Amino acid sequence: MDPTNQSPTPSIWPIGFAIGVVCVLVGLILSTTVLIVGAVIAGVCGVLWIRDATRRPAAAPAPEPPEEDDDEDEDAYSRGMFLSAATLGLGGVIGGIVAVPALGFMVAPAFIRQHPKSVDIGPIDGFPVGQYVIATFLRDPSQGEVSRRTAYIRNNGIVNNVPSFTIISNRCAHLGCPVQPNGPVFDDKKKTVTTTPGEVVTIIPTIPAGGFGCPCHGGQYDVEGNHTAGPPVRALDRYEFEIDNGHLVLLGTYSVSHVDGAGASAKIHKYNLHGPGEHVDGPEGWLYPLESPH
Amino acid sequence: MSPKPQARTKQLVQLATYPLDWLEERSGLVGGTKYFLFRKVPRDIGWYHTLGSATLTAFLVQATTGVILAMYYKPDPNSAYESIQNITNHVTMGWLVRGMHRWGASVFIILLFFHMGRVFLFGAYKYPRELNWIIGVLILVTGLAEGFTGYLLPWDQTAYWASVVGININGTAPFIGDYLAQFLRGGAEIGPDTLPRFYSLHMLLIPGALFALIGLHLYLVVRLGVSPNPWTKERDEPEPTGRSGLTRPSARGVTK
Repeated sequence: MDPTNQSPTPSIWPIGFAIGVVCVLVGLILSTTVLIVGAVIAGVCGVLWIRDATRRPAAAPAPEPPEEDDDEDEDAYSRGMFLSAATLGLGGVIGGIVAVPALGFMVAPAFIRQHPKSVDIGPIDGFPVGQYVIATFLRDPSQGEVSRRTAYIRNNGIVNNVPSFTIISNRCAHLGCPVQPNGPVFDDKKKTVTTTPGEVVTIIPTIPAGGFGCPCHGGQYDVEGNHTAGPPVRALDRYEFEIDNGHLVLLGTYSVSHVDGAGASAKIHKYNLHGPGEHVDGPEGWLYPLESPH
Repeated sequence: MSPKPQARTKQLVQLATYPLDWLEERSGLVGGTKYFLFRKVPRDIGWYHTLGSATLTAFLVQATTGVILAMYYKPDPNSAYESIQNITNHVTMGWLVRGMHRWGASVFIILLFFHMGRVFLFGAYKYPRELNWIIGVLILVTGLAEGFTGYLLPWDQTAYWASVVGININGTAPFIGDYLAQFLRGGAEIGPDTLPRFYSLHMLLIPGALFALIGLHLYLVVRLGVSPNPWTKERDEPEPTGRSGLTRPSARGVTK
């Protein structure tokens, strides 16, 4: 017998089945709708695939009459093939049932949006106009000390009846080390403010006359957070803020390519929050088209 | 009639080796071990051929000391640092075990590079051993990943900021960097989940991969044999045959 006639011709349903499985995996993380659509695709394609595969032995002998003396061997072969295919298939299904939730559990944090909590860091009278202070606070008191963050806050005074603040994150735009003020830090004028239960905000005045510098790899920034020297790829990130009952409340952070001007009249070139070391503009920015949900 | 002395010796030897024979008959392990350990090697190999075994030894030291350290270490942001202090200062010989693990990590990586350099300079990566070179490179990468994930565990300032920088370097990878960094951190920022995550990777996932890769690496070493020196005069001798009975290709690809 010609061996080419025995081997089943390729079926396209496995491809559809694979697409369905991918949709199920993506749907597990992103949305139930995608999950259901994927399950339907996988189910339909799977059934068609099995139909295709099982019809083949009947169809194959059609163009050429089967030889009678081969019948017993052929039967034994089909049963063995069926059993090994069933073992593989069942094993695959069981493996998938175990592996998919486990892997999803492992990679889930990369796909889940985390809404930053707002942090009340005290009455705005506590921030002297035109001077920077170092404010350290717990981003999420329920997480404990590991969520301690630092921001450089300058009260720009009242502009058009609205209080204006410059609030710079201390996370270096190179690789995330904490930037330090290039100037005196008045530790003796340190004060603490207790705003909400479990939240103690420390405020230390400073004069970053030379801007900010990073101790890790020497990145330098001016007082507005613009990158001036060293390896960083953009300006320092900033905090959104709101005034609530006379208290300054920090919200989420955003990335900044650069700042024109200074203080209340500064024009901030604002982008969604990016990781340190990621360009937000220019051709290098094209390398980071996918933004993970921060 | 007492048995002759010769027969008695034979009897004693039989008695002594009985457990081994028992084991061999039921598992073939004795023969397998002999096959693994007493292989034919080229006559003129030297100390530089022991770098691979040295690396393996360093890895086994890491595995052993790591298991013991895991009995005292607490992978939680609030107690990790204290548990390390406890291991170093209070647990009997804790300073020694931690020191072995801490310095042994560097020894492992250094020996990896020496071994790699030896294989490269001797041309031992050439046919038919290309696959073993590739597996070796994977071992190097997983070994470096062990170093990276282990560095965070002491949870002191150096550990914390080095890991911040390391994760952010991963984050600058084009296209997938953000997701990679978030996966490593277990979220958008380093938080309470990051330390247990690194601990799990460091002591379960990556060592498992390393054990599997080392097993493959050794299998290929046994199958393909040790490569002769580049300057060897033995190249015209017939090569030993593999277990399959197929004649192995000449180690240096020299046709006779």
